[in-house]
Amino acid sequence: MLKIFKYVFLDIIRNKIVLLYTLALLIISLSMFNISESPEKAIISLLNIELIVLPLICGVFSTIYVYNSSEFIELLVAQPLRRVAIFRSILFGLVAALSFAFLIGLGIPLLIYSPDSTGFIFLLSGVALTACFTAFALVAAVYTKDKAKGIGVTILLWFYFTLIYDGLVLFILFQFGDYPLEKYMIGLSCMNPIDLVRILLLLKIDSAAIMGYTGAIFKDFFGSGMGTIISGSVLLFWFVLPAWLAIRKFRRKDL
Amino acid sequence: MYRKSLGMAVAISFWFVQNIFAHTLFISPPATGEEINKIVADAEEGDTVLFRSGHYFVNNIIIQKSIYLKGENSPVLDGHGKYQIISIESNDVIVDGFKLINTGLSDMFEFSAIRIVNSRRVSIKNNILENVFFGVYCLNVSQSSISNNRIKSNSIHELQSGNGIHCWKSDSLHIFNNYISGQRDGIYFEFVTNSFIERNISEKNLRYGLHFMFSQYNNYSHNIFSNNGAGVAVMFSHHVTMYKNIFAENRGESSYGILMKEIRDSKVEKNYFTKNSIGILMEGTSRINVENNTFESNGWAFKIQASCEDIMISANRFFGNTFDVATNGTLVLNKFSGNYWDKYEGYDLNKDGIGDVPYRPVSMYSMITEKIPYSIMLFRSFMVMLLEKTEKIIPSLTPIDLKDDHPLMKPPEL
Repeated sequence: MLKIFKYVFLDIIRNKIVLLYTLALLIISLSMFNISESPEKAIISLLNIELIVLPLICGVFSTIYVYNSSEFIELLVAQPLRRVAIFRSILFGLVAALSFAFLIGLGIPLLIYSPDSTGFIFLLSGVALTACFTAFALVAAVYTKDKAKGIGVTILLWFYFTLIYDGLVLFILFQFGDYPLEKYMIGLSCMNPIDLVRILLLLKIDSAAIMGYTGAIFKDFFGSGMGTIISGSVLLFWFVLPAWLAIRKFRRKDL
Repeated sequence: MYRKSLGMAVAISFWFVQNIFAHTLFISPPATGEEINKIVADAEEGDTVLFRSGHYFVNNIIIQKSIYLKGENSPVLDGHGKYQIISIESNDVIVDGFKLINTGLSDMFEFSAIRIVNSRRVSIKNNILENVFFGVYCLNVSQSSISNNRIKSNSIHELQSGNGIHCWKSDSLHIFNNYISGQRDGIYFEFVTNSFIERNISEKNLRYGLHFMFSQYNNYSHNIFSNNGAGVAVMFSHHVTMYKNIFAENRGESSYGILMKEIRDSKVEKNYFTKNSIGILMEGTSRINVENNTFESNGWAFKIQASCEDIMISANRFFGNTFDVATNGTLVLNKFSGNYWDKYEGYDLNKDGIGDVPYRPVSMYSMITEKIPYSIMLFRSFMVMLLEKTEKIIPSLTPIDLKDDHPLMKPPEL
């Protein structure tokens, strides 16, 4: 298993697109930190990259990678290897390589300009999002035979989690704004990894405003040790669930 | 001229004469509360009562003559957790250099470390007050100063704690260089006029760092108010000047840098607001100049309710606030002009340092969070960003008239 993992990892790291992705992240974040007056402002701009660009790139790249290496996968399957092991090495290879790219691209500037808890949470949640969206991509790639359709499904998933879901929540907020929805809001935010990451970072960046309004429940939940553990495990769940779905399908799939 | 200098000479000679006959009375441990009270009662006008260093248990030292109460090496006056410590009921009293601890705590009577009633020209200086209910309590006091004191308690409940410096119906007070923490209100003013509050630090109080009501013609400058339960409240007053104060980290659901309610004809200049939930909240105020202030990293830098009028907000600097300005209606009777906003995205073609397109500091989402508080959960999401952009192009929710027509391209120098 480790051998396949190593192969996948090295293969992706040398990939031109991933190199470009790393370089782009590096340039963008360095210039953001240099342009803005304070590191906080740069982090706000980088937040959009982490929440929008990162899931898209990870998702689409992983889908394409799986389709493109279908012959390699067929070759592996022909060997006396367990399918689960093959699949896992591909998944972890992708996650590791893309996280590596992210950590180089954003981690270095963050360590230089904002080496505090905000930067640390920023990096961790970036890795978590990378893992989640790679797993989503594998679901799309495993469940659909056609490449174009698979990419379409990934983009649709990305679209749902970045935009449509928030629109739905906003709709609920407007419709039921008169009711005490605070507790349900925590539940709703756990249903979307991007939202969860955004709120975790919001608590750091806009803490003054958060303290001002939603006050008790919200801050208590996400700010406390227990809340951090829960949100961490929810993020893990968002990786495990699609990974499990994909593995289940892949085991019996007719390649 | 001649008459004037003669009058002066007579006055000075009287002063000398008085000083020649003044005595110094010494109190050294282990004097009991009764003994101290007797010595102080027997002292004559102009005497000095000098406490040697030590620990005294006292029961309300009542001063009814103009004497100088002096502590040598901070003698401790201990109220036993039952009594008031010093009561001043005379003009021209000085209390200097004591450590006052453990006043009583009561629901019926406002026990205080130093209580001043109906007096003029009193000076309270260089004292340390610890674990007190009320610190310095002034009732109908004028032309007096409270300076260089350190008041520190560890109050937990608002109802079981008193104010650090409490002033009621007083005039011409000068309160400076004090440090106050852990009280209910740091400094409390009610019906106080013509007073200066300068260079004090008021922090970690349960309610307000400075609480200010029905107090006209006052000036507070160079103070630091931080980490107070509800920040600073200035209410029902006029002609108040706030200059070069720092308001920091007053956080919470109803916590403000300054809460201004029913204030008129006042000035807020060169203050620094940072990391507060709300920098300034204005409600029912009128004719106020807000100039040259800096708002940095607040939740809401400025909340101005529609009930305010003729507020002039100019030459302020706004950096890194979550929301710059919020309001609760579409009526705008105030003027924003020539401020620096870090969120401004306009251009300056003629290079005069003033942006060519007006800046609208009220963001749509701050209007929404005003109505549905927990919608802040969606803040900074892609969806909300798109909505904000649309609102910027065609304003529908935000008040159209609330805008800065001359936004600065660079922050003004202070």
